[in-house]
Amino acid sequence: MVLYLKEFKIKWGMVIDLDRCTGCGACMVACQAENNIAPPVDASDKRYSLTWMLVYQLSNKQPYPNHDVAYMPRPCLQCGKPNCVPVCPVIATDKNQEGGIVSQVNARCIGCRYCMAACPYHARYFNWQDPVWPEGMEKTLTPDVSTRPRGVVEKCLFCHHRYMYARDKARIEGRDPNALNEGDYIPACVEMCPTGAMVFGDLENPEHKVHKLSKSPYAFRLLERLNTKPQVYYYSKREWVRKQGDNYLEHETVGGV
Amino acid sequence: MEEKKGGTSAGGVVLPFLLGFVAALAFGWWGVPQLLYSKKTQPLVFTHQNHIELYGMSCDDCHSFRRDGSFSGLPGNAKCGECHSFPLGDHPDEIKFVEEYYEKGIEVPWLVYQYQPDNVFFSHAAHREYDCATAGCHPDVGSSNELPVYYENRLTKYSRDTMKMKDCERCHATVAAQEPERFAGAPNACQICHK
Ligand code: SF4
Ligand code: SF4
Repeated sequence: MVLYLKEFKIKWGMVIDLDRCTGCGACMVACQAENNIAPPVDASDKRYSLTWMLVYQLSNKQPYPNHDVAYMPRPCLQCGKPNCVPVCPVIATDKNQEGGIVSQVNARCIGCRYCMAACPYHARYFNWQDPVWPEGMEKTLTPDVSTRPRGVVEKCLFCHHRYMYARDKARIEGRDPNALNEGDYIPACVEMCPTGAMVFGDLENPEHKVHKLSKSPYAFRLLERLNTKPQVYYYSKREWVRKQGDNYLEHETVGGV
Repeated sequence: MEEKKGGTSAGGVVLPFLLGFVAALAFGWWGVPQLLYSKKTQPLVFTHQNHIELYGMSCDDCHSFRRDGSFSGLPGNAKCGECHSFPLGDHPDEIKFVEEYYEKGIEVPWLVYQYQPDNVFFSHAAHREYDCATAGCHPDVGSSNELPVYYENRLTKYSRDTMKMKDCERCHATVAAQEPERFAGAPNACQICHK
């Protein structure tokens, strides 16, 4: 259980540049393919679709010519103090591994959905139906990602299996698996993003780009005042975008320059 | 008279109870496993001992790591065919391998004693420094002349010898107590083994 901030020597994190994101959705597609999410029966029905990575549209709600939009990809933010963890009655989800990724063991989950209610970012999804792959498509499944049956909750794990692969590779090459280089391990969404809007790495390692980017005055986290301390940062030079990251009062000042 | 009567009735109660107890124990310890597991034998006779002692091979020659960190597990026909592309000797299984499997391009359906359930991520690379047999993960087939019987659980279809979660956890906890740096205090974090 995590009721306090757990510190790790390695903290995998992302910085997502909202000024670069074009909202193309390649990250969403990459995520679904990588993590064995079955094609939905009706993708327009948002109650049933499983979107570990979801791109939201933000608008400054100004009339033309001042109108402006931004797109915000939202994975599980791997909170430093995850609300979802202490509510789980069976410890199916926990934040206890070096790297700070919030785990989700689907075989253990009893589907009570407390965690979904607790997550302020709507990053968790419930399987209302058993997944069905069209004939032949089961051959495209990623072998090291379990498929989930009806009745359990699932969420983004920063492509945890890729982390394990990277560690194995390091071990075989005689390197320290606890000191991966930047780029040894990146989630599918980050790899697929055509504009390079997402940067991934160890937030605690000064040699990784995310370390510096996350400290930029233009970087912010979603609903920062909830004190969930996410490991995903957003980045924008537009003040209105940063302002939408939290419930700012009208005349309140926002971080940034 | 009174006392004697009491004595017989006590013996009369204890004896059936004892018999029932022994019968229940026998059923539990001997009968249930017989019912639960079916016995299977490997498709071919194989001797690890000969390969190692007579031909000086090492485990790595067939069960090797790939550069990407993954483990090749059981050798396929291509690997065995490096030596056995034609029968070496006249053992019937030797001929069977070449004729039934190698030449027809069918992989031998070896039974794996250790297959893990689908929600387990296991990396051999992480466990390289431990001896497969002495650490208790695999039966010690390396120095054996014949392959052990394969017991399949009739209900779950898993092998009886599949490593149980408590065995994994125990070792992780011990090793982590010795090397806290490497495990950062969470040797049994869920997602170290689950996917
Ligand atoms: S739905 Fe599953 S993971 Fe979420 S709180 Fe309930 S048991 Fe835990
Ligand atoms: S974003 Fe939601 S699901 Fe992810 S760690 Fe935070 S509270 Fe849990």
